[in-house]
Amino acid sequence: MLIRKPADLRPADVTPKSVYLDRRKFLAAVPAAFLTARELLSPRGRALAGTKLNNVTKSPFSTTEQMTSPDVVTHYNNFYEFGTSKNEPSRNAQNFKTSPWTVSVEGDVAKPRKFSMDEILKLAPLEERIYRHRCVEGWSIVVPWIGYSLSALLNAVQPTAKAKYVAFESYWDLKQMPMARPDMAGIGFPYVEGLRLDEAMHPLALLSVGMYGETLPPQDGAPVRLVVPWKYGFKGIKSLVKIKLVSGQPSTTWNLANANEYGFYSNVNPDVDHPRWSQAKEQRLPSLFKNHPTQMFNGYASQVAGLYSGMNLKKNY
Amino acid sequence: MLKSRPGKGTGKWTKVLVFLLCLAPFARLAWRFWMQDLTPNPLEYITHFTGNWTIRLLVATLAVTPLRKLLGVPDLIRFRRMVGLFAFFYGCLHFLTYLWFDKLFDFHEIWKDVAKRPFITAGFTALMLMVPLALTSTKGWIRRLGGKRWQRLHRLIYVSAVAAVVHYYWLVKSDIRLPVLYGSLVAVLLLYRLVTSLMRRARQRTAAMGAAPART
Repeated sequence: MLIRKPADLRPADVTPKSVYLDRRKFLAAVPAAFLTARELLSPRGRALAGTKLNNVTKSPFSTTEQMTSPDVVTHYNNFYEFGTSKNEPSRNAQNFKTSPWTVSVEGDVAKPRKFSMDEILKLAPLEERIYRHRCVEGWSIVVPWIGYSLSALLNAVQPTAKAKYVAFESYWDLKQMPMARPDMAGIGFPYVEGLRLDEAMHPLALLSVGMYGETLPPQDGAPVRLVVPWKYGFKGIKSLVKIKLVSGQPSTTWNLANANEYGFYSNVNPDVDHPRWSQAKEQRLPSLFKNHPTQMFNGYASQVAGLYSGMNLKKNY
Repeated sequence: MLKSRPGKGTGKWTKVLVFLLCLAPFARLAWRFWMQDLTPNPLEYITHFTGNWTIRLLVATLAVTPLRKLLGVPDLIRFRRMVGLFAFFYGCLHFLTYLWFDKLFDFHEIWKDVAKRPFITAGFTALMLMVPLALTSTKGWIRRLGGKRWQRLHRLIYVSAVAAVVHYYWLVKSDIRLPVLYGSLVAVLLLYRLVTSLMRRARQRTAAMGAAPART
């Protein structure tokens, strides 16, 4: 058989690699451009309806990435106490009573005590910290939180030498949260979380009382919550009422619900997949596409990687 | 055998009505897309929306046969193919959403997903099993395959519906109420078939033992 050379194809005809790779960008660009055009035609903005927080300083820990609109951050929430759908908390938490509020800090500490919200707001200077927030589900947002390092609160009670871990607990009240039932949500209540003491003392670990210049909206964890930017979002426990310093590793809600999928550490890691999906990429909301590469420790590796030196991060997921 | 009688018919325009009803979710999705009202997470919204409607229409398709007998409206058979094809249509949209928006047609990643992740494998199986059913849904194919063989082939929808429910159940994080609801519906509809088939066989056996002429 005669095999003829394809005379009509020269090396110059080969599609350049950049163009070839751009196919994918193009595929993403068409609907994205459409959505952006629609956004420009009908901009929507809803106020947070919180109280403005004053004397907030800027933090060097802030990212310069574009912030997510408050509309997204306040209407897309995982807060199972107010319903398991993302759009439920913004509706169901509207009348959540956050005053009076106290946070009990206890356990292996020299000076256990209860803090009123007023005391928490005045314990340390408030900073605005613009953090990336990566959910274990594969989406991410950029949020200007307001608060200060959790270490300020922990130092105030003086952890003893016995304290190795910090256990956190959320508010739980069926009268205000009729859906916060294990048979409805599939997780136990009250919501509990935990950190190793050195993680909790890391300056990036934030005790947050506000966002976008105001106090926290109820659906985002009012009046006070935890933000641990290098870990998956569910580690950032909302509506804190109890912090206990303990010697053993505390139980955590999602680990109790499904130990296979949610470990104690839950550090953001593009190389360790969730058993049911890859964690290599994320959607920067409100993008339609999952095309944003996920970074090791959510981009905070230079600050926090040292906490885990020598640890097998695949095992300790 | 049940025959459609003009008195118990479902009317001339009902088919158009059912068509429009099945298309309504798509119209709603398109409208919300145009209005930029796809929630802060459009990918998740479109994925869940199309997936939900696939399962709902699969359940509806499976419900046609029992409802014909229970309600005494054999004419319902007129809608079965259309509803089944709409289930396939929403299944395709669901899959396209995943291929395009979630994976940006990165076939290497997609193949890894299908092979590695049981819930994706289940969903993929459910959709693939619907392909031969959609292809052979025409009158011509019923003729070519012969009624018996065609019917046997189309029992694949049982497997497809079960795989779809398993896909949904394995996918949710913790709130299993909806997948359990759909699972129960599919279970009831399949159980109905099992029971009627066992009863038919038992009847045939007694009829054969009594040497009576077999009834149909």
